[in-house]
Amino acid sequence: MTLAVANTPGHGWFLPRDAALHGPALDTHLLLNLWIVLGLAALAHVLLLAGLAVRRRSEGTSVAMQEYLPLVVLIAVFGWLAVRSQQLWSAQRYVGAAPEAMQVEVTGEQFAWYFRYPGEDAAFGQTKFSLISAGSGNPLGIDPVDEKGKDDIVTSQLVLPAGREVDLTLRSLDVIHGFSVPEMRLKQNAVPGQASHLHFTPTAPGEYAILCTQVCGLGHYRMQAVLRVVTADEFETWTKTHEVQR
Amino acid sequence: MKIFSTHHRIIGFGYLLISSIAVAVGTGLSLVMRLHLTWPDWSLPLHGPVLPEEYLALVTMHGTLMLFFVLTVAPQSGFGNLILPAQIGTRHMAFPRWNAAGMWLMLVALLVLLSAFIVPGGAPIGGWTAYPPLSESSLAGPGQGFGMDLWLASITLFGIAGTISAVNTLTTIVKLRCEGMTWERLPLTVWGWFTAAMLSVIAFSVLLAALVLLFCDRHLQSGFFVPANEWINGVMIPHRGDGSPLLWLHLFWFFGHPEVYIAVLPGMGLTSMVLANFARRRVFAYKLMIATTLLIGLLGILVWGHHMFVAGLNPFAGTVFSVASLAIAIPSAAKVLSWIATVWGSKSKQIRLTTPMLFALGFVSLFVTGGLSGPILAQPILDEYLHNTFFVVAHFHLIMAMAGVFGLLCATYYWYPLMFHRQLSEPLGKVHFWCTLAGAYATFLPMHLTGLGGEPRHYAQLNGIVKPANDLLSATMPMQRHITYSALLLAVSQVFFFWNILKTARQPSMTEENPWQATTLEWAPQPADEDELIRVYREPCQYGARGESFSPQWKPEIPLQHEAE
Repeated sequence: MTLAVANTPGHGWFLPRDAALHGPALDTHLLLNLWIVLGLAALAHVLLLAGLAVRRRSEGTSVAMQEYLPLVVLIAVFGWLAVRSQQLWSAQRYVGAAPEAMQVEVTGEQFAWYFRYPGEDAAFGQTKFSLISAGSGNPLGIDPVDEKGKDDIVTSQLVLPAGREVDLTLRSLDVIHGFSVPEMRLKQNAVPGQASHLHFTPTAPGEYAILCTQVCGLGHYRMQAVLRVVTADEFETWTKTHEVQR
Repeated sequence: MKIFSTHHRIIGFGYLLISSIAVAVGTGLSLVMRLHLTWPDWSLPLHGPVLPEEYLALVTMHGTLMLFFVLTVAPQSGFGNLILPAQIGTRHMAFPRWNAAGMWLMLVALLVLLSAFIVPGGAPIGGWTAYPPLSESSLAGPGQGFGMDLWLASITLFGIAGTISAVNTLTTIVKLRCEGMTWERLPLTVWGWFTAAMLSVIAFSVLLAALVLLFCDRHLQSGFFVPANEWINGVMIPHRGDGSPLLWLHLFWFFGHPEVYIAVLPGMGLTSMVLANFARRRVFAYKLMIATTLLIGLLGILVWGHHMFVAGLNPFAGTVFSVASLAIAIPSAAKVLSWIATVWGSKSKQIRLTTPMLFALGFVSLFVTGGLSGPILAQPILDEYLHNTFFVVAHFHLIMAMAGVFGLLCATYYWYPLMFHRQLSEPLGKVHFWCTLAGAYATFLPMHLTGLGGEPRHYAQLNGIVKPANDLLSATMPMQRHITYSALLLAVSQVFFFWNILKTARQPSMTEENPWQATTLEWAPQPADEDELIRVYREPCQYGARGESFSPQWKPEIPLQHEAE
C-alpha cells in the first residue's frame, strides 16, 4: 500500500508528514482501516438503497445466510485488524525505552511546556513547588541544594537528535494536559501527581508542533511548543552551548 | 390541561418542552462556536468578540445541554412517557407522583445549568467531562468557581431525576404489561427503553457518587481526584487525601459511555419498528434484535476505558478495553443487517416512503457512517493519533447526536397523530428530511478530515497562533468555512419542521384512528370505557404475505399467515 502522505507540514485535510520511526507502520494501519471502513459504509448504503429499488420475491430467506454469515466475515475482519493493531501497540507501549535512550522530562503547566535535560550526570535534580519561580529562571522549582539538579538544562523548546530513541517522562504541575506531536504520531496525557512515559525515535530533522490536546483552561488553544529535530552533530553543539550558559 | 399533573402524557410533553428549550439553546451555542472558529475576529451582536474562555464555556454548555437534556431526556423520558404506557397496554406509569417530581426536578436542573451563564465568572470551561483538577479548583480558570458549582448541582439534579425516571420505566415495563403482552411480544421500542433504563440506573448512581466526591474535593479539601499537594496558578492547595484525577476519569466514563447508549438505544428500537411498519413486513430476526439490544447494553458498561487509552492507564488495560470495544461492532452490525433485510425488496404498491420511514432510513445511514469510525477509535495505537481530534468529534456527532436527532424526528413525525390528532404534511416533511440529511453529512463528514489533519478539540482558535502549530492548524481553515456554512444550512433546514407544525396546527383534527396502519398497541382505538381490559393477541408487525393486509396486536381474530422469521 502506498502512503498518500506528502512531506509537507500538513494540508489541513489529511495526515501531516510523518517523522517518527514508528509512524509509517501506524499510518499504513490507519489507511488500511479507513479503506475497509469506507468499503463497508459504501456496501451498507448500496444494500440499503438496492433494497428499496428491487421487488419483493418469495420469502424463505434464512437468518443464517443473512445474519450469521456476514457476521462471521465481520468478526474475521475486525479480529484481524485487532491483532495487527495490538502488535503495533505492544511494540510501542508494552516495553519501555531501551536503557541507552536519551532521557528528557516534559512538564506541562497552564499554558506552557517545559523540557528538562538531566545534563552530564544523567540524573534529574529534585523539584519543589515552593521553589517554582518562572520569573527568576526556575519554572520547575529545581532544588539548588540537590547536586543532581545543578547541571539540569531547562528549555522551552524540545530539541532532539534525529535517529536516537528518546524516553520522555511526562508530568504536570497543575491540571491534566495532553502532550501531542501530530507529526510524530504521539499522544499521552500529563497527569498531576503521576509520571507517564512515552518513547519514540524521531527520524527527519525539522520543526514540529507540540500541542496540548486535553482542555486545560482558557489558554488551551495557545499551549504549544516546538519540537526541533536536528542532526547528531548539531545536537552536540546545542548541548555544549547550554552547558556553557550554565 | 393541569400543569401540576401526574398524567404521563402531560409529563411526557413537559419533558419534550425541556428538551426543546435545551436543543434551541444548544444549537445556538454551537453556531456561535462555529462562527468564532472560522472568523476569530467576528463580534457576537450585543456581546462583542468571543473570548477564549467564553469559547470553552460554549463548548461545555453545548455538550452538557445536548447530551443530558436533549439526547437523554427526549427519547427516554419524553417519548417514554408519551408512548410507552400505551404500547404495553397500561393507562398509567407505575409511580405517577414520582414521575411528576422527576420532570419538575429535570426542569430545575436545566434552569440551574442555564443560570451558570449569568453568574460572576460565567459558565464552566472544562468540557462536559469536567476532568479535575481543572474542574476542582476555582483558581484553574474563569467559570470554574460558582459556574462550576452550578454545573455540579445541575447534573446532580439531572442524575436524581434520571434515576427516578428510569426506575419508573423499568417498573412499568416489568409490572404493568397488559394481558397477553409477553416479553417476546414487546415492540423493540420497549426493549430499547428497557435496556436504556437499566443502563441509567447503573450509570447514574456512579455519576452521582462521583459528583459528591468532586464537591467534597472542591469545598472540603478532601483528596479523591487530586494529589495531596495540589498546585494551581501559583498557589499551593493542601488536600487531606492523595488522590488521582484518573479515578474521576474511571467513574465519569463508567457513566459516560453507557450514557451515549442510553441516548441512542430508544432510537434503534423505534427505527426497527418504523422500518418494519412501512416495509409491511416483520423485523428480520426479531428475537436476535432483542438479544443484540441487551448485548449492546451489556457491552456498553464494560468499555469505558476506551476513552482513556492515552490518559495514563496501564497499556495492558488498553488492550482489554480495545477488544471489548471492538466486540460492540458485532451486535451493532447484526442490527444493521436486520434493518437491511427488513427493507429488502421494498419496491411495491403497499410500501410508502413516508417521512417517518425516511427518517428511520436516515437513522440507519447515520448509524452506519458514524458507527464505522468506532472500530478505528477503539484501537489504542490509532487512538494515539486521533484521540481528542475532530475525527472523534465527527464520530460521536454522527453516531450519537445526528442518529439520536433523526430518531427523535422519526418519533415526532410517526407519533404526531397520537400526540396532536393531526398529521404533519408529507411534502414539507420530505423537504425537511433531505435538507437535514444533507446538512448533517456536509457538516460532520469533513470533520473527519480536519481531525486526520491534526485539529484538536476545544481549540478556541486555529490561526493566529505560534509557528509551527499555526502552519499545521491554519491549513484547515478552508474546510472550517465549509463546515460552518453547512452547520448554518443544517440549522436553517429546521425551519421546514416548524413551518410544518404551524401549518398543521391550523388544520382540523384528524379522525382516522391508525393512519400508518401500524400493528402496535399505542394505535389501538380508544375504548369507550376507561376500565375495559386491554389485551393483546399476537406479536407486533404481523402482515400478509404481500404486505397488503395486517393484524394489529389488539385484534382478536385469527392471525394471518405471516412471514417466516
